[in-house]
Amino acid sequence: MKKELLQFLKRIEPDKKKSPFLHTLYDGFFTFAFTPDHVTKGGVHIRDGMDLKRLMVHVVLAMQLCYIFGMYNIGHQHFNAIGEHTSLFSGFHLKLFYGLIQILPIVIVTHVVGLGIEFYYAMRKGHGIEEGFLVTGALIPLIMPPDIPLWILAMSVAFAVIIGKEAFGGTGMNILNIALLSRVFVFFAYPTTISGDYVWVSGLSDFKAGSPVDYGWWHTSFSNTIFEWFGWTTFDVKSAVVDGFTGATPLTLGYNGGWQGITNVYEPSQLFWGLIPGSVGETCKPAIIAGALFLIFTGVASWRIMVSMVLGAAVMGMIFNAWDATAFMDVPWHQHFMIGSFLFAMAFMATDPVTASSTNRGKWIYGFLIGAIGLIIRVMNPAYPEGWMLAILFMNVFAPTIDHFVVEGNIARRLKRAKKATA
Amino acid sequence: MRSGIVRTFPLFFLVLASNEVSAQSASGGSSSYFIYALIALAIVIFLYIVIQVADNLLAIEARSSNADKRGVNLGLFPGVKDIFAGKAPSYTRDAHVTVLHQGHNILLEGEAAHKLEAATGVTTYAVQPMNFRGILPIPKVVVEPGQEVKAGDELFHDKTKPEIKFVSPVSGEVVAINRGEKRAIAEVVILADKTISYRSLNAPDLQSCTRETLVNFLMESGAWPMLRQRPFDVLAEPGVVPRDIFISTFDTAPLAPDLNFVVEGKGALFQKGLDALAKLTSGAVHLGLDARSAKAPSAVFTEAAGVQKHWFSGKHPAGNVGVQIHHINPINANEKVWTLNVQDVISIGALFVEGHYNAARVVALTGAELQAPKYVQTYAGANMGELVAGNVKDGNIRLVSGDVLSGSKKSPQEFLNFSDDQVTAIGEGDYFEMFGWLLPLSLRPSVSKTFPNFLFPSYKFHADTNTHGEKRAFVVTGQYEEVLPMDIYPQHLFKAILVNDIERMEGLGIFEVIEEDVALCEFVCTSKQPLQEILRDGLDTMREEA
Repeated sequence: MKKELLQFLKRIEPDKKKSPFLHTLYDGFFTFAFTPDHVTKGGVHIRDGMDLKRLMVHVVLAMQLCYIFGMYNIGHQHFNAIGEHTSLFSGFHLKLFYGLIQILPIVIVTHVVGLGIEFYYAMRKGHGIEEGFLVTGALIPLIMPPDIPLWILAMSVAFAVIIGKEAFGGTGMNILNIALLSRVFVFFAYPTTISGDYVWVSGLSDFKAGSPVDYGWWHTSFSNTIFEWFGWTTFDVKSAVVDGFTGATPLTLGYNGGWQGITNVYEPSQLFWGLIPGSVGETCKPAIIAGALFLIFTGVASWRIMVSMVLGAAVMGMIFNAWDATAFMDVPWHQHFMIGSFLFAMAFMATDPVTASSTNRGKWIYGFLIGAIGLIIRVMNPAYPEGWMLAILFMNVFAPTIDHFVVEGNIARRLKRAKKATA
Repeated sequence: MRSGIVRTFPLFFLVLASNEVSAQSASGGSSSYFIYALIALAIVIFLYIVIQVADNLLAIEARSSNADKRGVNLGLFPGVKDIFAGKAPSYTRDAHVTVLHQGHNILLEGEAAHKLEAATGVTTYAVQPMNFRGILPIPKVVVEPGQEVKAGDELFHDKTKPEIKFVSPVSGEVVAINRGEKRAIAEVVILADKTISYRSLNAPDLQSCTRETLVNFLMESGAWPMLRQRPFDVLAEPGVVPRDIFISTFDTAPLAPDLNFVVEGKGALFQKGLDALAKLTSGAVHLGLDARSAKAPSAVFTEAAGVQKHWFSGKHPAGNVGVQIHHINPINANEKVWTLNVQDVISIGALFVEGHYNAARVVALTGAELQAPKYVQTYAGANMGELVAGNVKDGNIRLVSGDVLSGSKKSPQEFLNFSDDQVTAIGEGDYFEMFGWLLPLSLRPSVSKTFPNFLFPSYKFHADTNTHGEKRAFVVTGQYEEVLPMDIYPQHLFKAILVNDIERMEGLGIFEVIEEDVALCEFVCTSKQPLQEILRDGLDTMREEA
């Protein structure tokens, strides 16, 4: 079977000269299906089994729990808003299907746009398709609001991949985190579409009580037919937003009312399990922690960055607690890990090896500063509800500087030693 | 005082931990907790300063009373490493053991059995000018095909340094002078006699002779090319007096020969060789000894006289002489040190004991593709194909002179490199593997925990030459540091080489490494970068600059 497939794939290989784009595309998919028959030449004769594809796919694997829960939570928040199936497991199939319908287009558009650009540049430069987008493409849907208009998503992905990555030379050469760059593009280019409370809950045209829901044919005709066969509950087009629903995220509540303001609306356990409005993948803390532990255990992501980022945020949180000037500053420092997207940023964003500090000592400084600066932005700046995106991008720019000083330290040590030897 | 910080760390941690506990029990307002934390921190800092001062005073006192030995903990508190490190084996007799934490042992199938046989099938031997870095590619060959030579007779010399003679390892007939690219001499091949006859030499008396006499004798006898000089790993320059001479007495590379077995019964020769080397340097001869196993290394090494001994313990590359130099006394700019292999020292000793050039070598035939991996007794530069004749399994096999990390690929018609004492036979990995990157069907050596390898720490792998992926840009960071026990930033060094930044290369320690030291970095590299090649380019650039 394997042999036949290999023969078939070899037979349909397009000519590299005549149709370079097709060949690049073919090569990308072929190396996906089969590890090439390359052997070592010069240097070492055996190589470690690890390669970039395997590395990247492990990051994607670590995100899968976030995907599953994020999908469910899109549906859960939607039904919460219209006052149906408000308990966690009721309407399970509806919530899951609703989330799937919401997230699938986001995943597809992200990959079509991002991979398309990647393939084009690989063809132009005449090298194989590099795996960078495997992780970026998996991260972007998780950090977008569930109702993001697809054309804005396409624009942001294109911006991030072209300006953020290809302009610098492709995978491994970028200075800024690609996924965050696409998010920051959405944030600054389309502020009206993506700010306020209502973007975090999907499928509503307005938040006023009695506003109708937005259902498409795939809800009302396609899925309802299937659910009726099984005798399950179906999507109800007559549903409307219930009275008293705000859709506010804990961050907004915290900014205005401190910890008291948050707990008035959400239980601490709700914050922990992620049954709150927010970006798709950031809400469920256990899923993120499981992913982070997986990354640390497999050694794929740097534990130094994660630990130092927690330390940085904790120290800054304690300072704010002591300062105690606004209601938000008074939020207990350890509760800051439970609201907003701190953990997601820590596990998947700050640890990107290309944009982070490359020295071990530098990683400690890098992570600590992200933790500290991110919390400053979150607590003190009213214009930005969340700080990690900006803090990480800021530190991405400074990571080479941190490395510079660490490496210069090593050089100075060596020169000093040489001087001592000659003296 | 970095060591001071490391030493007081456990205490620091304890106080911090107790602070955490009391903080959790205090259910009062957060600001009052903050005050407590500040007070605790102040106490910690105060204690820390007291301990630091006391510790430093102790260290100063120890140094002034000459009680201080390098690396010995004279502080008040045990360091983190002291608590977790196992006890040093008893045979080190409480000497300082350098424990190297970074590194990785690649366990492979095909370890040589401790059984020494004569390599009866080997008839041809060669000296390959390309094995000696630092001489011109076209040396002056002084023999012609058909000419009879004795072991120790000159075959060729470099035109710029005619006093260094490159001699025949065996007696017999010169059968071929093969040329390689650009008419460079690739190998001078000798068909060996059944019994070897030697050119006899008049060795000077080591007690009374001058260094100059000794140097001239080594160059005349043909043993000089065994001396290698760092930085750059080139042939030792006769005009140089090396700062120190370093010899590693154990090899940690995959399937490397057990040098304790190799030196059995050659203690006198080894000691004589060390005596000769001691005359060559202005510093000392340093032996790197193996403190890894419960069993003491061979008495040949532990009882060696007139040398400085240094114990090392750790995974590969702990046995690399470059790593040992780094921890004994690193090479600074403008300094030169020499290195030798153990068997080269024995050959030099034989010059004085036996009175002739003896290039006898015990070579380990290793690798999963050999039917019977074993040790054979032969001479330097033996024919690869003849060494393993009748011993190789079927299939597409690669023969490597040396180990799988830094050895060189050889066809069966080619010859063992001059300083190699190992042949490795591994399978070629020229196959396609379906979803090999995601779901590998066979176990393969790896340092990554994404493979289940860490569950089977003593499993011996059947490795092949497949690259398991394609070359990519540098992506992963911190990976090389995990397997290089040196105070060097390898990735930054490689990037400095790639952009040809000479000052930075020097600053980042290019003088301290050669290919074999970064070979493990190349093995683990996720991006499949050719690091040894990059390093050699950098070394060549630096050598031209110098």
